[in-house]
Amino acid sequence: MGILEVKNVGKRFGGLQALNNVNLSVAENTCHAIIGPNGAGKSTLLNCFVGKLIPDTGSVMFDGQSVLGRTPYEINQMGISRVFQTPEIFADLSVMENMMIPVFAKRDGSFRMHALEGMMGEKDIVEKAEAMLEDMGLANKREMQASSMSRGDKRRLEIAMCLSQEPRLLLLDEPTAGMARADTNNTIDLLKQIKEERDITIAIIEHDMHVVFSLADRITVLAQGTPLVEDSPENIKGHPKVREAYLGEAA
Amino acid sequence: MLGLNKKDTLLFWIVAALALLAPFILNPFPEGSSLAQMFNAGYPDLMQRFVIFGILVIGFNILFGLTGYLSFGHAAFLGIGSYSAVWMFKLVGMNVIPAILLAMIVSGVFALLIGYISLRRSGIYFSILTLAIAQMCYNLAYSVLGNPSSNFNLTNGETGLQLSLDDARILGESVTAEGALPVTNFFGLAMRSSYQMDVGGWLFTFNAGYYLSAIIMLVSFYVSIRIFRSPFGLMLRAVKSNQQRMNYTGLNTRPYILAAFVISGIYAGLAGGLLSSMDPLAGAERMHWTASGEIVIMAILGGVGTLIGPVLGAGFNEYFKNILSKINDNVLHDWLGFLPDGFENLLVGFLHYFVGKGWHLTLGIMFMLVIIFLPGGLVQGGQRIARLFRRKKNSDETQQTPAE
Repeated sequence: MGILEVKNVGKRFGGLQALNNVNLSVAENTCHAIIGPNGAGKSTLLNCFVGKLIPDTGSVMFDGQSVLGRTPYEINQMGISRVFQTPEIFADLSVMENMMIPVFAKRDGSFRMHALEGMMGEKDIVEKAEAMLEDMGLANKREMQASSMSRGDKRRLEIAMCLSQEPRLLLLDEPTAGMARADTNNTIDLLKQIKEERDITIAIIEHDMHVVFSLADRITVLAQGTPLVEDSPENIKGHPKVREAYLGEAA
Repeated sequence: MLGLNKKDTLLFWIVAALALLAPFILNPFPEGSSLAQMFNAGYPDLMQRFVIFGILVIGFNILFGLTGYLSFGHAAFLGIGSYSAVWMFKLVGMNVIPAILLAMIVSGVFALLIGYISLRRSGIYFSILTLAIAQMCYNLAYSVLGNPSSNFNLTNGETGLQLSLDDARILGESVTAEGALPVTNFFGLAMRSSYQMDVGGWLFTFNAGYYLSAIIMLVSFYVSIRIFRSPFGLMLRAVKSNQQRMNYTGLNTRPYILAAFVISGIYAGLAGGLLSSMDPLAGAERMHWTASGEIVIMAILGGVGTLIGPVLGAGFNEYFKNILSKINDNVLHDWLGFLPDGFENLLVGFLHYFVGKGWHLTLGIMFMLVIIFLPGGLVQGGQRIARLFRRKKNSDETQQTPAE
């Protein structure tokens, strides 16, 4: 039984069957990649996990509980964090402030009225945020405004923000899209490190095969809203169906 | 001090000094001179307006400055506060404290209700919803709930709600011994009582009502600094920056924004209660949408999202409104008397449209200039000047170093 169980999920947008009978099981503490050509329904599927979309049919269970019908913030509080295709950070705030917000959310829940308490009383929050920045090599950018960072650093900050919440499942939506080769390699190294050092399950959607084969323990290939195969990276590489549907075009 | 960092403490003391010394600062010209008539603003009525509108805009800034939600109906809370306070004077007694408390409570309840409805939408739709609801409040106050001949006359229509000799005032007197209306007071200290100090040619007026309002303004200002610097304030700024990220970080944005809306509504109610405490009558025009627009203008003039901006914006707006509306054609002729007659008349004829009743035009132009050249408001102007001085000082220092 995986930490994330997807059963018979279907989603239709008007005349387009975006997802059709998707079954998927993500085992705990593994890295599961979902790949597929453009329009295969990868992002739609991911949006069904985080409460942005509600599938027409089927069920999505996280750790034995259904996520369907819950709002994104409730699902996050259950232990799922999401990294976006373009980094979603608090661009107007400083790096440190960016880092503190998820730490507050982890400790205080979805809402707490702490309007008159100063930051000085929040030593544990500050320490935790600082430790995370240190971990991710962002400590020297502490006071910088987030919007003025490089794309790679923004991605790093976003991942740091997600990790600071100690999620059980980290969802990555094309984390290296639009990145230069060097930044991509940095991100791969970072994700590898995270995988090794933490008890965390990672589900990743990716276009870049280099990234997928360096990280994934298990790969699901999606085409036209339906999973074609699910297997280990070695077997996927040589699978004729996959070559035909996806890799074939590139090879 | 008081849980503020050094910079904020300094800012607080600057505002405190400005507020407490206002009777001196606003009266720079000797009494009786023509400049004094035009430019002195140190009389109680106007000084009270400075600080009361300061409170209003400080509160508005907590919503608009931090969360970015533009409420276009904030004058409704000002009006609700005013009516509540006058009712307290009519029914209970002339002490201002219960009146102000009731004003805050009632406007807070209304803010909760209006905010709950309006915050179903964001951006321009939120602004339109608040505008519509505020106009509804205005019309209710102006006609529906204010028919003097009905049994349920809550607002007294276009005349406005005022005290009368047959009010109950259960904890006070309906009529004074002299047969007049009692005056508003703070535990016996009449709001309209003033102490006048005559120094040389200058006349300084220290008014009880002004000082009460100023102290309440300072408390409000202090609370707003605390809110800005608190984790709650951080969350509100996060709402403005990226709501999507907030939702995916496990934070429910709605209660945060609603709380900010209610807090700023309470601030507006407090300002309304104070206005009524200084002069116990309340009219529907206080809730008109142009009044709401003026709040937005004051906030933007001063500098949205800054601590001191609202105070500056409110002061600037009220000061120039007053000065400009006092200048009439006679004054202009006085000033331009040195010019040849024909030219003088031409110029006065032209300037006529910018002063007196035309003060809106000048204030509008000033507003445009600030928006275009200082999008960060007067605060940005101050920062630029400060930077200019600092650069000068730095370049002086660098010039000195090689000489050593």
